[in-house]
Amino acid sequence: MAGLASRLRRRPPKYSAAALAWKGLRGEGWPRVWRDCDLQRSYDAVVIGGGVHGLATAYYLARNHGMTNVAVLDKAYLGSGGSGRNTAIVRSNYLTPEGVAFYDRSVHLYERMAVELNINVMFSQRGHLTLAHSDASLRTMHWRAEVNKLGGVNSSVIGPDEVKQECPSLDTSDHPRYPIQGALYHPPGGVVRHDAVVWGYARAADHMGVEMHQKTEVTDIICEGGDGPDGKGAGGRVTGVRTNRGDISTPIVINCTAGWASLISTMAGVRLPITTHPLQAAVTEPVKMFLPTVVVSGSLHVYVSQTDRGELVFGASVDPYANYSVRGSLEFTEGLAGHVLELMPGISRMRVLRQWSGLCDMTPDYSPVMGFTPVDGFLVDVGWGTYGFKAAPVSGEQMAEAAATGRTPKLIEAFALSRFDDGELVGEKGAASVGH
Amino acid sequence: MLLVPCPNCGPRNSTDLRYGGESHARPDPNTASPQEWRAYLYLRDNPAGWLRENWYCASGCRRWFSIERNTATNEFRDPPLPGDKRGGAA
Repeated sequence: MAGLASRLRRRPPKYSAAALAWKGLRGEGWPRVWRDCDLQRSYDAVVIGGGVHGLATAYYLARNHGMTNVAVLDKAYLGSGGSGRNTAIVRSNYLTPEGVAFYDRSVHLYERMAVELNINVMFSQRGHLTLAHSDASLRTMHWRAEVNKLGGVNSSVIGPDEVKQECPSLDTSDHPRYPIQGALYHPPGGVVRHDAVVWGYARAADHMGVEMHQKTEVTDIICEGGDGPDGKGAGGRVTGVRTNRGDISTPIVINCTAGWASLISTMAGVRLPITTHPLQAAVTEPVKMFLPTVVVSGSLHVYVSQTDRGELVFGASVDPYANYSVRGSLEFTEGLAGHVLELMPGISRMRVLRQWSGLCDMTPDYSPVMGFTPVDGFLVDVGWGTYGFKAAPVSGEQMAEAAATGRTPKLIEAFALSRFDDGELVGEKGAASVGH
Repeated sequence: MLLVPCPNCGPRNSTDLRYGGESHARPDPNTASPQEWRAYLYLRDNPAGWLRENWYCASGCRRWFSIERNTATNEFRDPPLPGDKRGGAA
């Protein structure tokens, strides 16, 4: 009975309009969304990186596989990296069949997320336009549309007139330097409130017993039996992690650290095909709703959407040189503004409110690196480049399955680290990024 | 704007140059094993700190050179020697 009572006490209050009204009338506050816990000496699995990928992995480990003795470690606070810095776009109109199947699963999980996690993630499937400014890019759009249709994804190529119908503020005339010649239209694409996704996973995982440890930096990964120094490297296995709050023993370590992926993997003696580049983004002052869809232009290196508050959110391609600093640069803002004005000359008087950047872990083929490594018990969910946020739910689900069962799920077989040894790259550059 | 010290042209805006990535010795294609070759092609150290890397001075002297840069602070050190893409002296 006491056990049941404590479990009921642990259950977080359900978020609903009625609860909001009730608490508002009584002047009550809301309890903390997740607990602060003491670091235990041992866990069944440790997830490094408290972003949306790490939290989703921990959530699905607990929900689908009953593994609740799990710790999520983050050197800063939850969602402090790419999870809070992305432009929150979700879509599945990729170029390879492997990519389409994978990201489509993610869109489906996003569609159910608000109900499943009982938090309003504000998923707005407002449609997604990828503009083509040349015959070559129009050809790629047709290619993508056909691959998408085969994979059951709603996606088609439309002409400039239909683009104008969907998005009247775009300049579809032949005046610009790169006139719009058509677009890949993807109706299920849209935007999500990214912080709510982080909090939703953290709250749900916490409820099932997963521990989130913020300000807990991993300083080393303890291995044995490997061919490198200190038992690290190929052929070895993980026995624990060393943190600034003490050592933890664990048989499974999952690296979900995006821009810092190489630094963490080096601690286990695993080299990755990854370089870290910052990606800059900017947001304008809020105005009335005028941009109904997400607009992307590969040739002009820009993507833009309007938030529910009315701000325009812009993103661009990654900075051209490897870098761990998240400082913005004037040439980025200038270039971005010029490109956006070429698409929408009508917004020339809008002011940019702020800019920021996040670290992207870029791979040579613009596909992620997921699953097992030559070190037993050390799993990676990295290489997420500029497309990690939209893939978070499915990555968490699949990584949890890999960690719990010891087998690579079919959906992520193509993204294994060993593909670089086998020469089986999954080329997504034409669909995953705007900088090409 | 990042100023890159080209050994021939002096400090230039990074937009004048092309980034060539980490500088690693190229294995001999006649004797390298497939593993060595693929490690050279794909695997990167990607440190947060000092890194020897290649740049191509596209709008200036049109030569490759290698130089050390700190990827956390963007400082450069060791004035570079004119050289080819592989980091050897010319």
